[in-house]
Parts: sequence; structure tokens; C-alpha cells
Amino acid sequence: MLRGKQSWWFEKRPVIIGEATVVGPDEGNGPLAADFDLVHPELDMQQKSWEKAERLLLEQASEFAIQNARIDRGQVQYYVGGDLMNQIISNSFAARSLGVPYIGVFGACSTSMETLALASLIVNSGSGSHVLAGTCSHNCTAEKQFRYPTEYGSQKPPTAQYTVTGAGAAVVAAEGEGPVVECATIGKIVDLGIKDPFNMGAAMAPAAVDTIQAHFNDTGRSPGDYDLIVTGDLAGVGHPIAKDLLLQNNVPMNDTVFGDCGLMVYDVEKQKVQAGGSGCACSAVVTYGHLLKRVKKGELNRILVVATGALLSPLSYQQGESIPCIAHAVAISAGKE
Amino acid sequence: MATKSKGAQRFKKMSMSPKEYQSFAKTKEPPRSIFANCVKAFVVGGAICVLGQAIQELFVHLMGMSNEQASNPTVAVLILLSVILTSLGVYDKLAQWAGAGSAVPVTGFANSMCSAALEHRSEGLVLGVGGNMFKLAGAVIVYGTVAAFFVGIVHLILGTGGQ
Repeated sequence: MLRGKQSWWFEKRPVIIGEATVVGPDEGNGPLAADFDLVHPELDMQQKSWEKAERLLLEQASEFAIQNARIDRGQVQYYVGGDLMNQIISNSFAARSLGVPYIGVFGACSTSMETLALASLIVNSGSGSHVLAGTCSHNCTAEKQFRYPTEYGSQKPPTAQYTVTGAGAAVVAAEGEGPVVECATIGKIVDLGIKDPFNMGAAMAPAAVDTIQAHFNDTGRSPGDYDLIVTGDLAGVGHPIAKDLLLQNNVPMNDTVFGDCGLMVYDVEKQKVQAGGSGCACSAVVTYGHLLKRVKKGELNRILVVATGALLSPLSYQQGESIPCIAHAVAISAGKE
Repeated sequence: MATKSKGAQRFKKMSMSPKEYQSFAKTKEPPRSIFANCVKAFVVGGAICVLGQAIQELFVHLMGMSNEQASNPTVAVLILLSVILTSLGVYDKLAQWAGAGSAVPVTGFANSMCSAALEHRSEGLVLGVGGNMFKLAGAVIVYGTVAAFFVGIVHLILGTGGQ
């Protein structure tokens, strides 16, 4: 049900009964390697195109998530998914293989939490008992669509980010064992006029701040109520900006641990990823691969994942438009009161 | 639907204007050393030119070509090397370090065409490779031709260039 202005409170306590992550080689060389279900050693994954490789990641993550949930594919009533490709082709094609009713969404890199929030809403409303949420991204498809050919020799500035190759999927169910989705805050578009597509962290930081504050205003919670708050992919430039803005607005962020998935998925010092990770899969693989494991182990009791998205297109930035940004927050708890 | 709102608007809204935010964000960008970038570009760009010179000398001394005759095969060899390095996935990594040093010489031009051709091979030989090969290089050719046209006019006016 609606709480405050833009938050959903899931009083039926939908449960994430199974989740899975599949990643590429760079993520497999990162600090969270052990947390992923499958690491592909090659970027092409023996597929004929980058797009096919991205699709494969999502198909595998969905399949593993259903297996980990210990249900049959036939029990999945809806699949909610999105990605970065034009016309979200990775999801539409993966949904073709999946063969379940499909809701395609686009939220750029905020898609991970957008789909989890929607899946939880469907379950909470009683419109489905098993709903799959998923997203994916591939470094090379993103480079190809948004920037230059992958092998083109252009120097990236230190503010640029490295798109995560991977996919994450989760089965949200009305009943079962697993972390509980407590509530979600749906973000507004925030655009403070940053035009540089190589500095998306700075462009997205105000959107994350807006959603985090709206979440606290709507739910009456404070940062101290969470053991960990993570943003999706603000990385080395955007994340400190978001923290500064929150502290300026008197949000006591020092009461919690405030991290960023884009800084967790890679070893930013050693791996050549400029400011850190980005892409739909960034927050998806960190949340579903790493954070939910920590929640299940009891290391974290309650977390807030604020997935951030830069809703630009190659067309819009070439026409000189600024970058509209969004963030969606989902609160997940261990479920034990 | 009932709405329950606890402690609404506890935190104040963003008070920065877009202009203020943009200059604030600018201060948060990691510094980029122009000097170090220039040195790297000079070293790598210079090295590519030295290599070109060496290849040309080989053509002159081993194959008995004149300097003028040797220039075309020299460029062809450099292009071939660039295409091989691009195909092996090395050129883009060199470019991240070298910046303009690997972009400006003819090897950079070859890399822009080869990388686009490789990238769009999955869309077929005609619309994929053929249609996209000049995606990046096309701009260089267009503005190179336009610039040559104006330089030609300047030469005509000053009576300097040509015969």
C-alpha cells in the first residue's frame, strides 16, 4: 500500500526465495568473485555477437534463480525485466526462451530495483505468488550502443565507469524462506544539467539523494535503521558527491554504512575500470550475489539498495541534452523479527 | 487506499541550483594531468613515427625504392600493424595510456575503421561492415576534405601553393 508520497509498503512481506547471478571475466577477477553462481571466462561466451552473449547471461541467471528457488519454471507467473539495449532486446529474447508472461521495463541501471519493486508489488497485491525479476548488462553491448566500438582506441577520462558484464535474477514469492522485501521507494527524474556521458556518477548522485530522502520521509525511517545503504553505480565520483549532499541536507548518513555497488564489484585500485562499475547488472549482481548472502548469513539485518539510472540515449546527448537520472530504493531485511 | 505518512518532510530538499551543482560536481572530478598526458602522447606518437621512418628506410635500402616510392608501402605496413593490434585487442589498451599519441598517426585512423568493422560484423557484410566502417573515420574524411578545400583557397589567394 502507498505510504507517504512515493513509497510502497509491502505488508504481506513478499520473500526472495531464490536468486542467482552470472558474470563475465572482469567481475570474476573482482573481490566478489566467490559470490556469483557462474563466472564466464570469456567476454563473448562463445556467442556470435555481444548481444547474444548478454542474452545468454540473463537466460542463465533466470534459470539458476528458478532452480535456487526450488520451483518449476511453470510456477513462475510473471517475469519483470529490463536492460540497457535499444528496445530492451536482451530481456525480450530471454523472455522468449523463458516462456512466461512478461512485463518489460526500462530504467537503465536502476532496472534491478525497479523490477524487484514491481515484482514485490505484484506479489503483495495477490496478483501472483511467484514473480521473477531480472536484469542484465554487457560491457561490450553498452560500449557499442552508447560509446565507441569496443576495440576503438579512445582514452577514457577518470570519471568514466566500466559497464558490468553480468545478469541477476530473483524469484519473489508470497511465502517461503528467504530475505523479505519490506518496502520500496519509486524515484522521480532528477536532472541538474550534467551533460557529460563520461561522468554519469555525478549526473546520478542528486537522483539517489532525492530518493533516499523521500524514502526516509515516507517511511519515517532513518539511516540508522539500516545496517547498510548502497547506491547502484555512482562509483568513485558520484558516491562521495551523494554522501556530501545528504550530509548537507542533515541526513545522518554516518549512522549507517553507506556504500556503492560500483565500488564493490571491482577492485577499483587494481582493475582498469576508471571510477568503478556501472550498468544494470552492477547493482543486480552485487545485491543478489553478495548482499543477500550476507543478509542470509545474519551479517546484515536490514539493507536499502538504491539503484541509480542515467536515462540518456546516444541521440539525446549528441543533441546536447542533459542526462535525466532516476533512483529506485528497495528495503530488504533478514525477515526475522 | 489509506495513506499513512509518518514524519513527512523531515529532510530538506536539495537547495542547489543546477548551475551551483554543476560547479560543485566539477570540483569533485579527479584531476587529469595534461602534462603527463602530453608526455605520453609525445612518446607514443613519436615512437610510431620512428617506426614508420624505420620501415621507410628498409624499403629504400633493401628494395631500392626512392623516398617517394617508399611512402605508400610504409603507410600500408603501419595500417596493417594497427589492424593486427586492433584485432588482437591490444590497440585500445595502448590508447587508454597513450591518448592522442596513438589516435593522431595513421594507425589511429586504421584502428577507427577496423574496430568499427569488427564491431558491426554481426550485422552482416553490407549493412554491418560496409555501413559502419566509416562511422568514426567518416568525420575525419569529411572535415579533412573541407579543411583541404579552404587551405587550397588560401593558397590560391596568396598565390603560394600548387604549380
